[in-house]
Amino acid sequence: MLDVLYFAWVRERIGEPRERIETEAATVAELVDELRGREARYALAFSDLSALRVAIDQELAEFDSPLAGAREVAFFPPMTGG
Amino acid sequence: MRVEVQSEPFDPATELAGFGAKGDVGAIVTFTGIVRATGGLTGMEIEHYPSMTAKAIEAIASEAVARWGLDDCLVIHRYGVLSPGEQIMMVATASRHRAAAFEAAEFLMDYLKSRAPFWKKETGPDGATWVAAKDEDEDALSRW
Repeated sequence: MLDVLYFAWVRERIGEPRERIETEAATVAELVDELRGREARYALAFSDLSALRVAIDQELAEFDSPLAGAREVAFFPPMTGG
Repeated sequence: MRVEVQSEPFDPATELAGFGAKGDVGAIVTFTGIVRATGGLTGMEIEHYPSMTAKAIEAIASEAVARWGLDDCLVIHRYGVLSPGEQIMMVATASRHRAAAFEAAEFLMDYLKSRAPFWKKETGPDGATWVAAKDEDEDALSRW
């Protein structure tokens, strides 16, 4: 089981802050493809990956990063701290 | 080194009491970010990723301490609902000489902007909109 978290407008488009999913996805990109195929709101949220960032277990990662052993994946827009 | 992630307002002067109070510290640089009222902005809401935020800031601050040999480093960053004029965040650096303190503070600001998991949403006359990251913020990281 994988906890998937969404922040900022990604959270708003998907309509929930987190969910627990069962997945066989080997990489973040495979997980994204799986989510896109679910419903229109996911397809909308993930329509432009260049506008998204991803973290695996609270560390910034890439879309081709492997998911083996991951517990938590988070998707969000580029950060605007400071 | 001290890192605080909090919703409560803070007073920079109080936070700086005793900061860098060591015999060989010759320079303290501080930066405070404030919510602007520009463009009729009436409020700002900052979302963050609670289990990642402190960890990410600590990694950035540790790098600054190691790279510039800082004697002390402080980062406070707020989340939640803020009004114009309120402090959003502050950094402070202490070192023997001013160049290291200034540079480390700029490094911290550049990295906090694009690598600490915060997202700002501004409320103004046209409603609420997410602040978009700027290309120049990402470009600013390349100088380090």
